[in-house]
Amino acid sequence: MSTQNMFRLGLFALIIGALLLGPYWASRGTMRLLIEVFYFLALAQIWNLLAGYSGLISVGQQAFVGLGGYLIFSLAMFAGVPVLVGLPLAGLLTALIAWPTAFVAFRLSGPYFAIGTWVIAEVYRLVFAQIPALGGGSGISLPANIVKAMASSRSARESMTYWIALGIMLAVVLGIWALMRSRVGLSLSAMRDDDEAAISVGVETRKLKFLIYIVTAGITGLIGALIFLQKLRVTPDAAFSVNEWSVLVIFIVVIGGIGTLEGPILGIILFFVLREFLADLGSWYMVILGTVSVVIILVEPKGLWGLIQRWKPVSLFPVTRRSDG
Amino acid sequence: MRPVCCTHMTDTSQNILEVRNLSKSYGALQVTNNVSMTLKHGEALGIIGPNGAGKSTLFNLIAGTQPVNEGQIILSGQDVTKSTPALRCRMGVGRTYQIPKPFNGMTVLENLLVAATNGGALSLPDATDKSLEILEDLGLGDLADVPASQLRLLDRKRLEMARALATEPSLLLLDEIAGGLTEDECETLVQTINNIRASGTSIIWIEHVVHALLAVVDRLVVINFGAVLAEGDPQETFNSKDVQEIYLGIEA
Repeated sequence: MSTQNMFRLGLFALIIGALLLGPYWASRGTMRLLIEVFYFLALAQIWNLLAGYSGLISVGQQAFVGLGGYLIFSLAMFAGVPVLVGLPLAGLLTALIAWPTAFVAFRLSGPYFAIGTWVIAEVYRLVFAQIPALGGGSGISLPANIVKAMASSRSARESMTYWIALGIMLAVVLGIWALMRSRVGLSLSAMRDDDEAAISVGVETRKLKFLIYIVTAGITGLIGALIFLQKLRVTPDAAFSVNEWSVLVIFIVVIGGIGTLEGPILGIILFFVLREFLADLGSWYMVILGTVSVVIILVEPKGLWGLIQRWKPVSLFPVTRRSDG
Repeated sequence: MRPVCCTHMTDTSQNILEVRNLSKSYGALQVTNNVSMTLKHGEALGIIGPNGAGKSTLFNLIAGTQPVNEGQIILSGQDVTKSTPALRCRMGVGRTYQIPKPFNGMTVLENLLVAATNGGALSLPDATDKSLEILEDLGLGDLADVPASQLRLLDRKRLEMARALATEPSLLLLDEIAGGLTEDECETLVQTINNIRASGTSIIWIEHVVHALLAVVDRLVVINFGAVLAEGDPQETFNSKDVQEIYLGIEA
């Protein structure tokens, strides 16, 4: 094993180890923050897989975050499904619902596809606001008996949520890394760069787009289910928020560096640092976020990771295949 | 002894490609007009014709990136008229584009890996060996790890050809691959294409650089206004009065 690989493995082990032990060293507030970091990073990597690696620019991921959230509440409240079973089930059902949606979305391409995904999310928001059993427009809280059944104590429930969020985040990051090193990853990148040329060398781009859209929808649904399980309350506006689940996620990926696995990690660090210091400024906070992203993109379209690469071409998650193996 | 055969009946097993009465139009513009042609296994066919005659469209129809309006495309005895382009690629159709279409976000080697793992259906390790071999043959060996976006025109054209070869085609469609090359480069290209032929691959080559084309092909088809104008022995066909008049625009 090369020293570079040793260094990489050691770094990963250290970070993952420290995060796994989170509930033993972190305060309640820190844990809440870390859970948020985990699910935002997972959402960012998913969006990066769609837009940066596959060329499918969606601004409608909130459709699946919201679906996941409403599904886990419905499963727990109306079907009595234990939440630990409900989580993967909510992801699976989101993927199933995304299937017919994909036919609508892929009637469109490029910027029209982007707008289409947003419209689809809005339709979901409007539909869920019409369901009285789910609280209509004002939403619904998870009943106390279900919350209590999740774990023996509040801190046990919070630790459980923390570990699940961490697990999902790690699975998403490492899963995308493995995917991009496989032949499917090569095909996705080819499809992003030139759809017609990809078809002409045998890539079934239509099937691949459907597959990646539905799989990412399912994982996004799973993340959404966890998000609202932590918040204990779901409303149509929070569940299907374009700002929260698309705009901020896109910000994180773009400032960090689209089309790389390292980029969204840098992006998430910058985003949470900015938020912790600037959140009190109200709408000025959004103005500053916007300015930061414009400046970064003007200086380096490949984001913060692109800046680092200019200075020293390194890679934490290498996906490029080289002729020397 | 040749089998006694009735007119309009051909032994399909000998032909890698049969195009029957193919027509394609965009609105009122007829770009392919009742074109029929056959290609035997291992044969090399040249196509010439003025700009806008519908040569590239014919490739789009054969490769499947555009649907036909009428007619049939038979590949190795199978009707593929309605098959997806990706499936046709897996069945052995490889093609290059007149304006190269590299995957710019990837390296030269990765460009070939996409082709070898999909069209060629190889595993990644096998695809890597195969791709490196092709790159070496086409003089791109040193550029394997270079991003495709950084290639100059000649190398982009070589990559276009290399990527098509990585799909392991039994029928290779070459679209103006010699345009813009110097005499020496052209000679090398002719040699490369002759080598590909020698390995048993059938070729259809659209080309304006006629002397290069004539150094390779067994048969020449001339297309004008979307229809077959003449067909036959390359030299004879090219020198015929009709072709000289229409193709070169001179009164012969």
